[in-house]
Amino acid sequence: MYKYDQYDQAMVDARVEEFRDQARRRLEGKLTEDQFKPLRLMNGLYLQLHAYMLRVAIPYGTLNSQQMHALADIADKYDRGYGHFTTRQNIQYNWIKLEDAGDILADLAKVEMHAIQTSGNCIRNISSDHFAGATADEVVDPRPYAELLRQWSSFHPEFSYLPRKFKIAVIASDTDRAAMRLHDIGIQIVENDAGELGAAFYVGGGMGRTPMIAPCINPFVPLDRLVTYAEACLRVYNRYGRRDNKYKARIKILVHEMGAEEYTRQVEAEYAHLLEEGVEPPFAELERIRTYFEDPLFEAGAGDEIDRSDPDFAVWVDRNTVAHKETGYVSAVISLKPVGGIPGDATAEQMRLMADLAKDYSFDELRVMHTQNIVLPHVRKADLHALWTALDEAGLGSPNLDTVEDIIACPGLDYCSLANARSIPIAQRISERFAANGKTGTLGELKLKISGCINACGHHHAGHIGILGVDRKGVENYQLLLGGSEAQDASLAKITGPGFSEDGIVDAVETVTTVFERERQDGERFLDTYRRIGMNPFKEALYG
Amino acid sequence: MAETLRYRDDQPVDHPAVTVDAFVDQSNAQAVRIEPGDDTRELLPHLQRLALVEVNFPAFGDGRGYSSARMLREAGYEGELRAVGDVLVDQLAYMRRCGFDAFEPDQQFDMDDVKAAFERWPEVYQNAADDRTPIWTKRHP
Repeated sequence: MYKYDQYDQAMVDARVEEFRDQARRRLEGKLTEDQFKPLRLMNGLYLQLHAYMLRVAIPYGTLNSQQMHALADIADKYDRGYGHFTTRQNIQYNWIKLEDAGDILADLAKVEMHAIQTSGNCIRNISSDHFAGATADEVVDPRPYAELLRQWSSFHPEFSYLPRKFKIAVIASDTDRAAMRLHDIGIQIVENDAGELGAAFYVGGGMGRTPMIAPCINPFVPLDRLVTYAEACLRVYNRYGRRDNKYKARIKILVHEMGAEEYTRQVEAEYAHLLEEGVEPPFAELERIRTYFEDPLFEAGAGDEIDRSDPDFAVWVDRNTVAHKETGYVSAVISLKPVGGIPGDATAEQMRLMADLAKDYSFDELRVMHTQNIVLPHVRKADLHALWTALDEAGLGSPNLDTVEDIIACPGLDYCSLANARSIPIAQRISERFAANGKTGTLGELKLKISGCINACGHHHAGHIGILGVDRKGVENYQLLLGGSEAQDASLAKITGPGFSEDGIVDAVETVTTVFERERQDGERFLDTYRRIGMNPFKEALYG
Repeated sequence: MAETLRYRDDQPVDHPAVTVDAFVDQSNAQAVRIEPGDDTRELLPHLQRLALVEVNFPAFGDGRGYSSARMLREAGYEGELRAVGDVLVDQLAYMRRCGFDAFEPDQQFDMDDVKAAFERWPEVYQNAADDRTPIWTKRHP
């Protein structure tokens, strides 16, 4: 994985000192809270309902065991012994004191980590495919391109006061595991007929109160022009994105109002101009970065058989391991969705265990999934039983990847000052319900996503089943949505009808799964059945 | 109004800046003020007769002026480029990178903070409108 050189380290260290200086000036009264707010946000510090929340960047979701240990230490030293992995492959801590923030950033810098631009109206941490470098279906590992864009977007002098936040995802497979088309810019690295690599740019996707699927504005940008094209996309947005209304300020609104064709025309004009300016990094830099992402030394001829005599283990293997490009290996998913638990939470002890297991069994590498689970990307099949045994003992062995229990949920009203309703208890009740009725396995792939407000941090628009918490006359109310997808078949979920109470929404989810079981044809996922039969049978069962 | 910080050796323009519309119609003006909604490109045919461009920041969070500045420098403008208005000390380093060489903030800066701001970044990652060499170029000399 990527390693800092003296330049990267100097920049992160300078950022720590800058933040300490800003915090000092805030305390001295030289900065008002309004002036300080964007500065602390660009260092990941939010003021939440009960305390400050710190969001730490995990670039493209990749980290090593030393870094995971550092995250665990921060949880113990500065928080309440746990952290929360997020839908953008980051981690956040919910009980931070402002006066500790500088020290935390300094601790992070020691292990080549930071909280730079994890919030604020700037280019955020770049996300990517959690199986990058391990999956057989990619044309190339997408992470070097994400790393190049990380460097380009860090402390960008022109694009640090954008109309609104800006999220970029980079993938390199036709199978989209990163919700690429629901980002401000989604980039897919592709190979053309001549065997050359290039970047397809999708611009103007997003969730929030106005969900949009990004259109492709350029199917093939040569890789030695990647940064220039991104710069052109951002400049047009910075100049023309709306600033009169924060709810209309994301690039998706600009692309929609201007029209994708006109936006593209302006980007292409700016791109032509910037090519003359020479803003592109030397191509050798991309080559340099690529060397950090070369394959680990896989064991040739590693055994391809798995002893499935332990039935609980066999279930976990079936559900939580994913095919690897290398014979004898799999990617193993550690579920952070125990039945009745808080999606994405991990205790410091669990983080340390995951770190140690990564060191022992996965070439010292872990990934954070946007679905709030952890991947050990390269595990020998021969080591799986030992791995599973250790996970299971620590409460990390839930065999529920991509099932109805594998719920994405935002922090909701338990933590968030924007939320209208709680999300976590709904996720807890739903996973308990399906664990109790025994349907989790038979329902197959079923992506359930819960947001506690219209800002959609829980990706409810993209859930096969989505739940949106709203406030109805002071009472939490939950709308049910069906038919969303964040994958290569991206679609936006539609609301079934009137909302439900806290208890009612759990019953409603069970009701729609009953309709699915009744109507399901061979091998269909919930989403396939919904697309085939439409909304009406579900509505009838819910409201009939 | 605080005093203006200038990082240039030439004499400041001694007459007030006019609006972009007025400037385009008025052949003798040497100074113009860009508001956030103005199209900076309208100035590009007239750069030869400009000695001062003020870019107004009515609110520090409105970052359009950063693009205006860089576009002017990319087009070859060499006169004074002054950030005016709600300009904060924590923005100076980025503004300088975008081509600003003068600052007229609503509130007076503490000069120690200004010095710290300009000395903050030992390196830069990107190409911009200043002459700093990006890290990626240093890595591949």
